[in-house]
Amino acid sequence: MSTATDTGTPRRGKAPAGERVADWADGRLGIYSLARANMRKIFPDHWSFMLGEVALYSFIIIILTGVYLTLFFHPSMEEVVYHGPYVPMQGVRMSEAFASTLDISFEVRGGLLIRQIHHWAALVFLCAMFVHMMRVFFTGAFRKPREINWLFGFLLFFLGMLTGFTGYSLPDDLLSGTGLRFIEGVFLSIPVVGTYISMFVFGGEFPGMDLIPRLYPVHVLLLPGIMLGLLVAHLILVFYHKHTQYPGAGKTNKNVVGMPLLPVYMAKAGGFFFLVFGVIAVISAIATINPIWTIGPYRPDQVSTGAQPDWYMGFAEGLVRVMPGWEITAWGHTLVLGVFIPIVLFPLVLFAIGFYPFIEGWITGDKREHHILDRPRNAPTRTAFGVAWLTAYFVMLIGGGNDLWATHFQLSINSITWFVRIGFFAGPVLAFIATKRICLGLQRRDKEKVLHGRETGIIKRLPHGEFIEVHEPLTQEQMHVLTQHEQPKAYEIGPEVDENGVRRKVKGSQKLRARLSKSYYGKDAFIPKPTSEEYKEITSGHGHH
Amino acid sequence: MSSHEISQAEEKLPEERAEGGATVVAEDPFADPGLPPHEHRQQDIDERAAQRSERTVALLFTVSMLATVAFIASFVTLPVDKYIYVFPIGHISALNFALGVTLGIALFAIGAGAVHWARTLMSDVEIADERHPIEADPEVKAKVLDDFRAGAKESGFGRRKLARNTLFGALALVPLSGVVLLRDLGPLPGTKLRHTSWGKGKRLMNYNTMQPLRPEDISVGSLTFAMPEGMTEEDHDFQTEIAKAALMLVRLQPENIKDKRELDWSHEGIVAFSKICTHVGCPINLYEQQTHHVLCPCHQSTFDLSDGGRVIFGPAGHALPQLRIRANDQGYLEAMGDFSEPVGPAYWERG
Amino acid sequence: MKKLSARRRHPLAALVVLLFALAVTGGLYAAFSPSEAKADDSSAQSLAIEEGKKLYSVGCASCHGTGGQGTSDGPSLVGVGSAAVDFQVGTGRMPAQQPGAQVPKKKKIYSDAETEQLAAYISSLGAGPVTPSKGQYSTDGADVAKGGELFRTNCAQCHNFAGKGGALTNGKYAPSLEGVSKKHLYEAMQTGPQNMPSFPDTTMPEKNKQDIIAYLDTVNSDKSKTPGGLELGGLGPVSEGLFAWVFGMGALIVLTIWVAARTAKAKKS
Repeated sequence: MSTATDTGTPRRGKAPAGERVADWADGRLGIYSLARANMRKIFPDHWSFMLGEVALYSFIIIILTGVYLTLFFHPSMEEVVYHGPYVPMQGVRMSEAFASTLDISFEVRGGLLIRQIHHWAALVFLCAMFVHMMRVFFTGAFRKPREINWLFGFLLFFLGMLTGFTGYSLPDDLLSGTGLRFIEGVFLSIPVVGTYISMFVFGGEFPGMDLIPRLYPVHVLLLPGIMLGLLVAHLILVFYHKHTQYPGAGKTNKNVVGMPLLPVYMAKAGGFFFLVFGVIAVISAIATINPIWTIGPYRPDQVSTGAQPDWYMGFAEGLVRVMPGWEITAWGHTLVLGVFIPIVLFPLVLFAIGFYPFIEGWITGDKREHHILDRPRNAPTRTAFGVAWLTAYFVMLIGGGNDLWATHFQLSINSITWFVRIGFFAGPVLAFIATKRICLGLQRRDKEKVLHGRETGIIKRLPHGEFIEVHEPLTQEQMHVLTQHEQPKAYEIGPEVDENGVRRKVKGSQKLRARLSKSYYGKDAFIPKPTSEEYKEITSGHGHH
Repeated sequence: MSSHEISQAEEKLPEERAEGGATVVAEDPFADPGLPPHEHRQQDIDERAAQRSERTVALLFTVSMLATVAFIASFVTLPVDKYIYVFPIGHISALNFALGVTLGIALFAIGAGAVHWARTLMSDVEIADERHPIEADPEVKAKVLDDFRAGAKESGFGRRKLARNTLFGALALVPLSGVVLLRDLGPLPGTKLRHTSWGKGKRLMNYNTMQPLRPEDISVGSLTFAMPEGMTEEDHDFQTEIAKAALMLVRLQPENIKDKRELDWSHEGIVAFSKICTHVGCPINLYEQQTHHVLCPCHQSTFDLSDGGRVIFGPAGHALPQLRIRANDQGYLEAMGDFSEPVGPAYWERG
Repeated sequence: MKKLSARRRHPLAALVVLLFALAVTGGLYAAFSPSEAKADDSSAQSLAIEEGKKLYSVGCASCHGTGGQGTSDGPSLVGVGSAAVDFQVGTGRMPAQQPGAQVPKKKKIYSDAETEQLAAYISSLGAGPVTPSKGQYSTDGADVAKGGELFRTNCAQCHNFAGKGGALTNGKYAPSLEGVSKKHLYEAMQTGPQNMPSFPDTTMPEKNKQDIIAYLDTVNSDKSKTPGGLELGGLGPVSEGLFAWVFGMGALIVLTIWVAARTAKAKKS
């Protein structure tokens, strides 16, 4: 910077090259205005805020590795006889798709690594989206103004499942082919139009010659394209809304406290991308995923036990496995409820959580913006609903792997299936009740802590012989955190008879809303938080320990 | 009719955040104390500590460079088919292991270096940024609504109903072309799902040997798979045909067969059932020879082969179709026709 | 007859039936098998039968009856052949310790010599599949790829694509094939122990069995190659999903905590 101004007069000569490039771009793109708003954008630091980043980065890794894989993969169901280096497959008939996947694994240097990174990253992507979604759910970060962004995120999760499933199907191995056969059965179970859909999708009867070439553009172009669009929108909205933050000293609903994008957040987030990539690369170096060479090429008359989809479809698999075999045949037609019901339930259960923000918004009637996150205990009904949903999800995940639990824990597959059938209905109810009680218990403990301080575990003997535990008063910040939440009143319909004695019409939906609102905000839904009067009374009465 | 009280939290905010977080516990003991003062890290006050951090960062970046060199070296030197034993992983591809580990280290070290840099050397002063309501001001809203009304009026969209309605009509119809174009994705179902390659007089060919089966080949307790005579793996439509025609054969003692039709359709206790599950079509052949049950590995539908292929557990909705067989003049097993009902999963037109 | 028909639903009825069938096939096999030629020293043979009978009456007769005719606790052994004895006793399944859905593999109780004597005694009760000779289960010149196809057609449905085993109904299971000797693999296919169906030579010739054994030896043994790294049990997506959650997501969450954590502050003096 020695060439910079030393006299304070305008510089003569040229500005630094970087600045000149920026000027050029600004004249065309307006980057300075953009940067003014965003370059020092504040992002709060919390580990749980980085879960979404894990998803973002694994998505980028999937795209990078996926592009590489397309260079070698042949999406074709033409049959070939394998003559490559993998001995146990030599002379075996297989589709070109399978053969090219073998080539990627055994002949392309580094091909196996990229394949494994792609698949591991896909599993991690779905895991990360799931955990991220749960974080957002339990902290209430989906509330206004972020409902739409929640929906974008939810759609990303849903499309991620579909993209994963189509990708899993592409190598045309015995396991994924079995999955596609299942899809055929699903199409066939659709009333009235099922056979037509199946014929159109498979280009004739299963498996036909068209499916893999058709799935390919869906997997590499259509779905990722939509996801990329949603992802960009999701990120723009994160920037636009500014990030939520946990309650704490100096954190209000009208500010956001953290570190600026440039440089800290950029370095951390950028560095974190490499950390995620590095971890997935090492996992791919040491752990096999989808060893299609032992699974073998698909043939509709062969199967392996332990036929499961990737974990994120395990929930759907569970639904299908534990469903009783209901089938109604009448007037020459068959209604295949045994397949159709679980397939309808699968999106319904997912969308139950996908549309939750709108349901909660309607029940609470809350129209304000929320940027301070809830502590899950302070929203007991929501938290209980979330845990109940998770219970249903994981019970079904168990159902999806019932054969493996049976062999590994020496149980009967039939008993596990019955356990899951009952657990799917009973589990969420129990989880709901238990979670709500735990939340209330935690609220009570918070109240105790505020009023009486933290139990230190130090036992002191008073002069007159009484033993007491020393309670240490909380700091003001801690007290603030434990008391800053709202405890709104439940929505009420109001008197049904007005002052003139005329009965008002109350819509059924309003009654429902009032009932639900009571479960959210009614007397049983919270422990009244300590008031400053209570606190002052106690502290002045006892003095400090 | 607001269902909420005005937020208590907002009311009890102190007028201004006190500097240094030393708010006096005045009115409200639970008030927000404001941002705590910044505390220095070792690196902020001790240049030697900062230099140590810088060296750590530089070391990590150097490790990354070395790992990339190692990656390229392994790519060039290691043959793609070389296997090594790595405890406790097993006999693994040397190239995959070397590339993955070096790539992982190269990436991880960049990330670790950048994060360490950010954590120890970049400022960690927390800054509070203001939020503004997402909603527009009433004036802005009013202006936009006015503009919209003006535009709508100028367009004549509300007044020129004929133009508007025909536009809706045209827009509603035009996607139909796209729908029609999808017609050639596949053939119409017709009765395709009702027929398989089996037919009268087709001999049962053993999968393993591709030889025709004789009754005496099949002993009680054994499991055999068969496909129709004349079908070979090389056929263009082999996959599609075997997806419906796959057959499993077991032999029961005739007195153990509980279903009368099953007995009639068997030959000396040899029964031939479709291998395609009636649930969603997985090959179902986990045969338990003592119980005569077959289990589907996909969704655990269980069928009793001694009782007409009846479903005894799981999500399948109807019995496994049986193929009627007999021994022909030369003593080979042959089908007496196609399956009498569609094999595989049920569907709307199945009836 | 009525009594018999009442018992046909008994869980062991099928085994009894099977054993009869095995007696027939075994008899045929014995008739053609060169190893059954009169080369045996008859006096040594009768000695073995004698010894086997003693072992049998101590260890087996309580369930299978004094003459191998079977009781309500165990099936008849007449005609099961020496191969079945060699498999059941050689893998430690017999003598069974307790009733259950399935008799598990365990440490074997009888020595090889004793097993042979037992086998000799049981085959003396009625001809059945004969313990295979080394040549029969040798994998020299076997076609591994063909074995793979045969395995996927005939075996993978229960034993999984890599022979890791799988669940059957009501607590029964197909065991893992890892570490099972070639001889025992061969015998299992030949005799169909417990609920496993048999794959007799009439439908699965000796050569096919050798191919299958060779395939298993390639993909499911100590020296099997797993190019991608850890096999994760060879169980497919469930174990992969667990691994992704525990080690993938687990490691990344640890990293998020590190990245987001506040750097340690300098100690106040």
